[in-house]
Amino acid sequence: MIQPHGGRLVERILKGEQKKKILDKAAGLPSVTLDAESVSDVENIATGVFSPLEGFMGKEDFHHVLKQMRLSSDLPWTIPIVLDVGTEDAAKLKAGGQVLLRNEKDEPAAVLHLEEKYHYDKEEMAEKVFQTTDAAHPGVAKVKSMKDVLLAGKIDLIQESPTSFARYKLSPKETRVLFKEKGWRTVVGFQTRNTPHIGHEYVQKTALTFVDGVFINPVIGRKKKGDFKDEVILASYEELIKNYYLKERAVMAILQMEMRYAGPREAIFHAIIRKNFGCTHIIIGRDHAGVGTYYHPYAAQDIFEEFPDLGIIPLFFRSFYYCRKCLSVVNEKICPHPPAEQIQFSGTKIRDMLVKGEYPPPELVRPEVARIIMEFKNPFNE
Amino acid sequence: MGKEFKTISIPTSLYKKIEEIIKGTEVSSVSSYVTKVLRESLSRGQEKHDVFSKEDEEKVKERLKALGYID
Repeated sequence: MIQPHGGRLVERILKGEQKKKILDKAAGLPSVTLDAESVSDVENIATGVFSPLEGFMGKEDFHHVLKQMRLSSDLPWTIPIVLDVGTEDAAKLKAGGQVLLRNEKDEPAAVLHLEEKYHYDKEEMAEKVFQTTDAAHPGVAKVKSMKDVLLAGKIDLIQESPTSFARYKLSPKETRVLFKEKGWRTVVGFQTRNTPHIGHEYVQKTALTFVDGVFINPVIGRKKKGDFKDEVILASYEELIKNYYLKERAVMAILQMEMRYAGPREAIFHAIIRKNFGCTHIIIGRDHAGVGTYYHPYAAQDIFEEFPDLGIIPLFFRSFYYCRKCLSVVNEKICPHPPAEQIQFSGTKIRDMLVKGEYPPPELVRPEVARIIMEFKNPFNE
Repeated sequence: MGKEFKTISIPTSLYKKIEEIIKGTEVSSVSSYVTKVLRESLSRGQEKHDVFSKEDEEKVKERLKALGYID
C-alpha cells in the first residue's frame, strides 16, 4: 500500500474519556464559530485526508507554501490550510490555550490548541495561490473576504458534522482497508465536480486498463454558481457505475471540501489528498481545477515536473472527442479526421441542452445518466 | 521571508556534465537540477509507519460492509 504523504496517516479524533473531558470544559473555553468550509478542513485534518497536517498552518508553513509550494519540512504542499478570525475575536484568544471550534449549528466540532496568531497579506496570498488578484476569480474573492488574523495549531475533532451524504463519506483509513479488501495494489483516483459524460468515462476506463481499480472521488462542498448540485453528481455517477462499470473495479466516495479553483496548485493538492486515500495514480486532465481562462489548459499537468518527490503518479490526458468517422472516443494523437467529424464533450453545450429539457446524444452522455439528471427539477447551483 | 539555501560542493567535472545535460531543457540551473534529483532520491527512502492496527481494520471492515462497499 502506498504510504500517506509524509509517511504517517494523521488521526486526531477524540474518543471516550478524552472527548468527555473536553466536552465537560467546553462551556468555559473561548470559542470560534466556523463556516461549513472550515468545518470540512477540520474534519479533513482530523481524519488524515490532509496528512501530514495536524492542524491549521502556522506562519512559517504558510509562507513556505505560498513561496515554495512546500511545507517548511520541504514536503510538497501547495494550498494554505488556514483558519481566519476577526481582529477583535483574535484579541480574546491566547496562544498556548485551547479554543473550542463550533460548527454552523453552534455545536462543538473540535478543539484547537492555539499555538500562534498572525496577520497575513491577502493580495500576496491570492497572487501566489491563484496567480491573479482579479476579484472575479472565485478563489480570489474568497481570500479577499477572509478575516484579518490567522489562528494556527493542532486540532482534535470532537464530532463530525452531519451531512446528507454520510453514506458516501469514507476516511483515508477506510479507503485503504477497502482497496486492500478488493485486492487492489494500484488505484487511480479521479477527481470530479461534474456529472459524467462519455469523455470522463473514457478517461477513467483508459486509466483503469493499466491499474487494478478506479476511485471516483467527487468534491462535495462550496462550488460556483452554475455547477451541478452535489446530489446530482452523486446520483449520476451511481447510475453510470451501476450500468457501465465492473463492481469489483470501481468505487465512489466523496471528498467533502470546497473547490479553490487554483488550477495547477490545486492539482498538486488533489494529488496529495488522493495519495492519502491510498491511490497510486491520479488522473489529471485538461484545465484541472481551473476556472475561466486564468490558467493554461495544461498548466495543471506541467506543474508536476516540479514535484519529483510527490509519491503519486499523475496520468495526463489530453482532450477527448467523439469522431463520427472513427465511431469512437478519440483524441488528436489517434484520430486522423478533420474537425468537422468531431463532436466535442463541451460541458457548456451539455448543460445548455439539459436546461432546455433536451436529452444530449448518447455519444456525449449515457442515456441512463441523462435521465437521472433530468429527474432533478433544478440540477444546478444557484 | 526569502528562500533559504545552503551551499554544497560537487566535483567540477560533474557540474559541467549537468550543465551539458540541462542545456535546452526547462531546468534553469545546475542547482535546480541537483535539488530535483535529490528530492526524488530522498522521497524513495521515506520513513514508513504502520497505518493502523488489526482491531482498527476489523472495525473499518464492518462499516464498509454496512455501507455496501464490500460483501
